[in-house]
Amino acid sequence: MSRRAPILAAEARLSLSRSARTALSYLALFVFTLFALYPISRIVTLALRPGDQLLSSSLALIPHGATLANFRTLIFETPFLRWLGNSTLIALAVTITGVALASTAGYALSRYRFLGRSTTLNGLLVTQMFPATMLLLPLYLILIKLSLINSYLGVVIIYTATALPFCIWQLKGYYDTIPLSLEEAAGIDGCTRWQSFYLIVLPLSAPAIVITALFSFMTAWNEYVVAALVLQDVEIFTLPVGLKMFQSNMSTQWGLYAAGALLVSIPVVILFLFLSRFLISGLSSGAVKG
Amino acid sequence: MAKVSVKNVFKIYPGEKGGNVTAVKDVSLEIADREFVVLVGPSGCGKSTTLRMIAGLEEISQGDVYIGDKRVNDVAPKDRDIAMVFQNYALYPHMSVYDNLAFGLKLRKYPKAEIKKRVIDAASILGIEALLERKPKALSGGQRQRVAVGRAIVRQPKVFLFDEPLSNLDAKMRVQMRTEITKLHQRLQATMIYVTHDQVEAMTMGDRIVVMNNGVVQQNDTPLALYNAPVNLFVAGFLGSPPMNFITGTLKPEGDKIRFREIEGGTIDVAFPAADRPAAREFIGQNVILGIRPEDIEVATFSRKEGRAAATGFPAIVDIVEPMGAETSLYLQTGAHTLVCRSQGALDHREAGHRLQFEMTLAKAHLFDPVSTKRLS
Repeated sequence: MSRRAPILAAEARLSLSRSARTALSYLALFVFTLFALYPISRIVTLALRPGDQLLSSSLALIPHGATLANFRTLIFETPFLRWLGNSTLIALAVTITGVALASTAGYALSRYRFLGRSTTLNGLLVTQMFPATMLLLPLYLILIKLSLINSYLGVVIIYTATALPFCIWQLKGYYDTIPLSLEEAAGIDGCTRWQSFYLIVLPLSAPAIVITALFSFMTAWNEYVVAALVLQDVEIFTLPVGLKMFQSNMSTQWGLYAAGALLVSIPVVILFLFLSRFLISGLSSGAVKG
Repeated sequence: MAKVSVKNVFKIYPGEKGGNVTAVKDVSLEIADREFVVLVGPSGCGKSTTLRMIAGLEEISQGDVYIGDKRVNDVAPKDRDIAMVFQNYALYPHMSVYDNLAFGLKLRKYPKAEIKKRVIDAASILGIEALLERKPKALSGGQRQRVAVGRAIVRQPKVFLFDEPLSNLDAKMRVQMRTEITKLHQRLQATMIYVTHDQVEAMTMGDRIVVMNNGVVQQNDTPLALYNAPVNLFVAGFLGSPPMNFITGTLKPEGDKIRFREIEGGTIDVAFPAADRPAAREFIGQNVILGIRPEDIEVATFSRKEGRAAATGFPAIVDIVEPMGAETSLYLQTGAHTLVCRSQGALDHREAGHRLQFEMTLAKAHLFDPVSTKRLS
């Protein structure tokens, strides 16, 4: 009994310190979550406020006299749906082009040894070091020469080009972890190089492809500066540019703005939830020993 | 089924600083239809590279490879009608065992019923029927290796290539899979080329063994011929466990005999009938290396005739005794060399530290030229 006592005490201290640590980390997580959620909660409140309470200082999440009027106005009285369509089209085009180009380019850079390979890899990195605003003027001039100003294609090209270097590096890095012997086995089993790429390597790279796709999609979905520069007709605005229209020098339609901001984020959240199940790592475990 | 010919093949890699690295030098092999040939050698000896050139996974820098009568230098691996089992299994992790086995057949557009029949047949040969629905990551090492072998079997290829297939398995599983692959060869009657660094696998599995070192074929013969008549010091030392003892000494003429005397400090002093060793005559007065396998050294029995004991015997101090049950390994000090003896006698640790008389079966001893490392016939 007397011998057990100090051990029990030590165990008690240990479990106390363990639960204290857990409590602390929960506290920290709670604080950070609050940081992240608070602005969103304000947007929700703003979006729900009736027009006469916009400048109210109440902190209630659901404001007094909450209404969906802002959403209704946004959807039926502004070109919001048109912009949503534009944004979706552009983001999907960027995602598909980006993934198609990055998955093949990354494969070439991972598997083949050719003249200029490391220059290409470093070059891709270097492009990431310039601030995007620095590129605005040259990009604008290029698009004018190509007559792509004020067109979907213009933004799609710029977004794809911006997202590609990261995507290529991302996928190249992932391919590097897939054992070459899998492709050799596939080659002996009867695959051409292309077949072993899309039947073996690509399915195994699903987690990296998903990340790449998400990155490309978000790049296009959220971008404002380039879109504001290139797209000039209200008809072909993307959502960020369109929403900015509610802001003006004299007055800002905060209600519409907030409602729009909420609606804009919904597709991204859905996409994220849908794709997150592919984001499991270790898919290739069990292929080879070790 | 088919024969495989490798003719004067080289593999040259461009080196880091301009120079080239020759991984395989002028290798020629003739592998008959249905033969089981083992390529063996230490790591980096070029055996895997040679196999990969046969498979088409490495380009051939120079020379030709034929499968059947067709030159395959420029034929893609998929069109060579070969199957390969990799050291790391290389199973497709996103496919079930069934799909792993069926993959090659599906690509070749076999009818579904035929695929199913072949997969079930292969699975039953290897005892993996119960695993067909599983993914590779849910299998043990031995099971994965079976699946990898199964993937080769279902295709019924002309030639099976094995690249160190057992080196990732534990010792017990390795012995089991070894016998299973041997059985498989007897059952399928296929041409098999098997690469390993393990000389026990080579000795036990191969119809013929090709010993390689530094990219060069050292000797190419049946296991017993290699064991009993190694052409040089490398082959002599590589095959056999524990390895052959090498004793440096000098040769002197003595009537119709040639006497071998161990270098300064050693106790070995034995005489060969000169007629048995014609090539040794040229080395009279020079250093040679005497090679003798551990099982050809034995503790002398004093009931034997004095004369014979004097001709082949030598005293040595027993350093360590390792009783193995059926036999005993003894580590001996002659003064100049440490030797291993595999005695049939039942000795125990009490013999350690004692000086005993030993004798060697001289007919089985080899003499080697220390410069060229070749065996003197």
